[in-house]
Amino acid sequence: MLEVRDLHAFYGKSHILQGVDLTIREGEIVSLLGRNGVGRSTTCKAIMGLVAPHGDVRFKGQSIAGLRPDQIAHMGIGYVPEDRQVFPGLTVQQNLELGLKTSGVFGRWNFEDVYNLFPNLSQRRDNPAGVLSGGEQQMLTMCRTLMGDPDLVLIDEPTEGLAPKLVEQVGVLLDEIARRGVAILLVEQKLTIALKISTRLYVMGHGHIVFEGDPASLAANETVRQEWLEV
Amino acid sequence: MEVFVVSLLNGLVYGMLLFMLASGLTLIFSMMGVLNFAHASAYMIGAYFAYTLSLYVGFWVALIVAPILCGLLGAAIEMWGLRRVHKNGHIAELLFTFGLALIIEKVVQMTWGLIAVPYRIPSGLDFPLFDLWGTQFPAYRAFMLLISALMFLSIWLGLTRTRIGLVIQAALTHPDMAGALGHNVPRVFTMVFAAGTALAGLAGVIGGNYRVTEPGMAFSMGPIVFVVVVFGGLGSLTGCFIASILMGLIQTFAVVLDYSLADLLEVFGFVVTKATPGSEFLMVTLPRIAALLPFILLVLILVLRPRGLLGTRDT
Repeated sequence: MLEVRDLHAFYGKSHILQGVDLTIREGEIVSLLGRNGVGRSTTCKAIMGLVAPHGDVRFKGQSIAGLRPDQIAHMGIGYVPEDRQVFPGLTVQQNLELGLKTSGVFGRWNFEDVYNLFPNLSQRRDNPAGVLSGGEQQMLTMCRTLMGDPDLVLIDEPTEGLAPKLVEQVGVLLDEIARRGVAILLVEQKLTIALKISTRLYVMGHGHIVFEGDPASLAANETVRQEWLEV
Repeated sequence: MEVFVVSLLNGLVYGMLLFMLASGLTLIFSMMGVLNFAHASAYMIGAYFAYTLSLYVGFWVALIVAPILCGLLGAAIEMWGLRRVHKNGHIAELLFTFGLALIIEKVVQMTWGLIAVPYRIPSGLDFPLFDLWGTQFPAYRAFMLLISALMFLSIWLGLTRTRIGLVIQAALTHPDMAGALGHNVPRVFTMVFAAGTALAGLAGVIGGNYRVTEPGMAFSMGPIVFVVVVFGGLGSLTGCFIASILMGLIQTFAVVLDYSLADLLEVFGFVVTKATPGSEFLMVTLPRIAALLPFILLVLILVLRPRGLLGTRDT
């Protein structure tokens, strides 16, 4: 579904991605692990067209490198940034509304799904998103992207800075996304979560992939964990 | 009393005119980070277009057509000019719009001449609407207020009640995210730029005959509009509205209140005479510094509250 080959990206003069290769098949949950600053977020941004990609990025067989973010979104990739980016002055409902690519056209997700999953958001649907708690903003950002009915969603550090109870809620939503047949590329810091929900994992170090495998093989591979993951 | 009421009304008229210019500039500035020096040029072009059009098809057609022409011009400038320059950063954009403002001024001078053109208030509106203690209030000012109020209402409804308005609000704070959700942000930029330019043109149409339509009108209006935008705060139309009205009232009242610092000191028992040290400064009356007041406010707000009255961010 998504094939990334020899992907490079730059911030000014610094060479952040130095030849990333990764593949995501339909309906898979793939985690992208690694320490801060190795280029995981940049990988998502380069796929999404938010950072200029150099290399080959194919989605559903078509090359998407060089397209605008909105064109990539219309092809079926959704993106949830790590810094949440709710539209602060708009209400919860309006934020969700803007997730829709066409007003009134729903795919796998509609307003009721979101409000049933997260009653908190339902109670605050007419409040400005800027006044929500960090956890509520995280759920809103994820749901807003889902409203656009992506076939693949790139989710960057959804559990960062959340209390354990909320981390659990993120887990519930990830399960629900997978259950509806949406593929996920999950950027995570917390190894336990990634091992629990992923079908496959990639570990990144210094701008390229250093490990690829299933949860069992990563759990067994102490060298990779020590060298590239544990602090 | 009548001075107060009449000045209040005049201040409102001028403030709403400022808002018509500043609202477009503030949207463009907050969304694209472009300080558009050519914005007041659209105000001038609007006035000249309206003058020429009204010679042939009358004021009422000009009122509709001139702003549309300005909007189209704005869209063209954004798509074929600014968007290319944008890649080279804000300084390049700034210089681009600055150059554009100079070009427009010269073109206007070459086309319509160096002196003011006789762009007049339409005869249908050229009568006193009512009398306030002997001072007449012209119908045309009421008409300006009406147009401004209608514009304010439609901007507000457009931004809060329509989907494209929501996308604009989203792109004001998080353009990348709006794009990643599938909204064509460059097209939204073009639309906002065109709408902002059209509004500036509309301000020119109704302001050009109220004030004077001459080649220097852009450069006399531009700095004040800029002050309004900074004063109101980036990203906030409400702030922009308050700042516009405030600036309109301040400038209008400053002209009619014939006081100086010397008068203030007299209240406290100091009598300032020609012999008092610094009397030249102390006896300067408010009307004489009226034109300076906006810039004094600009300097003060930048020092005391850099994000402006209701600004949502610093840059």
